[in-house]
Amino acid sequence: MAASYFDVDGTLVTTNLVHPTLFYMLRQPTPLHSLSKLGKALAKAPLLALAELQDRRIFNEMLFASYEGMSEDRLLTMAEEAFERVMKPALFPGAKELVRTCLDRGHEVVLVSGALDFIIKYLAEYLGATDIIANRLELKDRFATGKLLRPVVAGPEKAKLVRDHARAHGHDLDDCFAYSDSYSDVPMLSIVGNPAAVNPDRKLRVLAETYDWPIIRLDRAA
Amino acid sequence: MSHPCVVTIDSRSAPRTLFYGDQLMDVDLPTGTRVVYPKPPIAALKDVDAAIRYAINHPEGSEPLYALLKPGMKVTIAIDDISLPLPPMQRPDIRERVLTVVLDLLTDHGVDDVELIVATSFHRRMKGWEVRHMVGDKIFDRYWPKKLYNHDAEMPDGLVELGKTDQDEVVELNRRAAESDLIIYVNLNFVPMDGGHKSVTVGLCGYRTLMAHHNPKVMRNCWSYMDPGASELNTSIVRQGKVLQQKKRIFTIETTINNRMFDRPLEFLAKNEDDLSAVERAALRALKITLDKTPQALRQAVFDRFPAPYGVTGVFAGETEAVHKETIRRKSYEQYLVPVVGQADILVTGVPNISPYNVHAYLNPLLVQVMVNGYLFNLYKGAPMVKKGGTMIVLHPCTDKFDNEQHAPYIEFVHRILPETRDAMELHKRFEKKFAANPAYVEMYRSGHAYHPAHAFFMWYWGEAGRQHVGRVIVVGADNEYIPKLMGWETARTIDEALRMARTTAPPQPDILALHIAPMMMVEMFTEKAGRELPGASEPPPSFR
Repeated sequence: MAASYFDVDGTLVTTNLVHPTLFYMLRQPTPLHSLSKLGKALAKAPLLALAELQDRRIFNEMLFASYEGMSEDRLLTMAEEAFERVMKPALFPGAKELVRTCLDRGHEVVLVSGALDFIIKYLAEYLGATDIIANRLELKDRFATGKLLRPVVAGPEKAKLVRDHARAHGHDLDDCFAYSDSYSDVPMLSIVGNPAAVNPDRKLRVLAETYDWPIIRLDRAA
Repeated sequence: MSHPCVVTIDSRSAPRTLFYGDQLMDVDLPTGTRVVYPKPPIAALKDVDAAIRYAINHPEGSEPLYALLKPGMKVTIAIDDISLPLPPMQRPDIRERVLTVVLDLLTDHGVDDVELIVATSFHRRMKGWEVRHMVGDKIFDRYWPKKLYNHDAEMPDGLVELGKTDQDEVVELNRRAAESDLIIYVNLNFVPMDGGHKSVTVGLCGYRTLMAHHNPKVMRNCWSYMDPGASELNTSIVRQGKVLQQKKRIFTIETTINNRMFDRPLEFLAKNEDDLSAVERAALRALKITLDKTPQALRQAVFDRFPAPYGVTGVFAGETEAVHKETIRRKSYEQYLVPVVGQADILVTGVPNISPYNVHAYLNPLLVQVMVNGYLFNLYKGAPMVKKGGTMIVLHPCTDKFDNEQHAPYIEFVHRILPETRDAMELHKRFEKKFAANPAYVEMYRSGHAYHPAHAFFMWYWGEAGRQHVGRVIVVGADNEYIPKLMGWETARTIDEALRMARTTAPPQPDILALHIAPMMMVEMFTEKAGRELPGASEPPPSFR
């Protein structure tokens, strides 16, 4: 059996990692807490922008530091709402059908995302995906430390995680598929036999055209 | 005495100018070569709208359309897609004119539940502006995209199985059409293989229905796609169509056009080079130089920009088989068939960059193969133009270039699958099923504008009859060795070199036939010099194979 590995942000949904993070920040126990979180985030914005340009892993680590101090209960309780209000409305038309097409052909469908696991699991349930590879927050005494557990799901690390997943589940990578919108996911796309660019950014589109990878436009589906 | 459209080359003859992709190539053909030219366009109807109304009120083998209508009934109108005609027709497209009359009639009879489906089958989805060109502004603005849309052969639950033929061939149909009280098909018949049962049965079906005939076994038994009675493909589709007819009421409207592909300034392209006036010779020279100096993308843009000024020559309506018989007999063959006596040892033909599968896209290598082994080889009725084991000399650059939107699956087929084997049976058995299920390509077909992944295989099978019959294919002017070799073809730099190569496996005084295409034409081939017609086309003598 083959597996289909899907990047999430920009590939299946229009949102990115910032949107659910903002959702949590705006729902702190008090408005003062929310303002404080937002203020800190805004102060970090230039550094985040720089990190995004340099290394997606550093960006993820800086962004998720905003979760520091939030209780596990609160994170989990609000995860479903975060999915319903942030991610679900942001799904590209056709995203669910693309996943269904893969499932109909007997593929295991795995969501590979830099987003946090407790939100992605709701997306997986909704789409019918069979597994997730997502970032996990470090918890200490049931409170988030603001750090990510290793390995951080981003950039080239995604390729290693996909390879490990395929090996563990008995998939031949030559038969597997990978879908992403971002040039930063080229390592993940390159290790499978059937890569596809979905709503690609400019650099990925050029690469996809050069290597004749299929280009899917879920953002333009009629 | 030969037909006026068959010109025999003598020592004083001018070089012939044949299509070489989207350019032109001058070729000096040996004395005695017979060059077949298209017939002049037959007269167009003077009042097309009156002809449409007459046809639907005086149908063949059916009650008039108005008598089939009841207020509140559910009607689906299916329409031929952009693969017909080639190049696309100047506005108003005949489909717009037919639809205008039909939709008015439906409204007058209280039929409001109407949806229009472009019968794309496994072809690419048509874009909004292409549909607008075809159906006109008024219909497009009223129905697109909710009630005027492309067929989707991969839509979950989008197809309904209506039964099987006595040969176990599955008949499935677009759900909307299957659940309608009446299906009206609006066809544009460009070549004889179009129309008939193929319109609904193939245009609105899914993979399981296509598999019954779009396979190498059936394709090998096609005596000419353009001679329906001699085509196993057509026979299978007719069987499916009869099952469909038992389940659904279908009213077919077929239209025919003449072969006026070029507007007046370019009409000389269809003329005998010896008969060109000085002005026309200069224009031909200027056109050739211009095309040679123009970048390919610009050449394609220019060709795309000018739809053809076809004239409508006939409108027929009613029961599918009765209508199609009239279409073929009265108009299609009348326009295209040029009688020729004696098969050739060597067939020379240009390959224009026009095929049903590359409208607004480049003619990629797989489609060049379809043109050569499929369409051009099959432009005959009776016997094949070239003898069994003979040679085809074709003119095309065979550039390794694809449209990565429309033909994304073709790229992998040509560069990853075809190097494994050219054997159509092996391709069918080993690779087709898995490739056709590729979710990325299926998604590109469903939400983008790509051909279905299985279509790449169908394109290879389409050339199967030609591959089985022709001994050698020699390409003149290929810009690379790889693609022709992949297709199983040889290459030559010039027509002289190609003819020298072909003569090594031909009789001492080979019969050479050349096709001066385009515009569209067909050869009615008689095998004996005495001009005796072939036996019934449905039972071709085995000696031809």
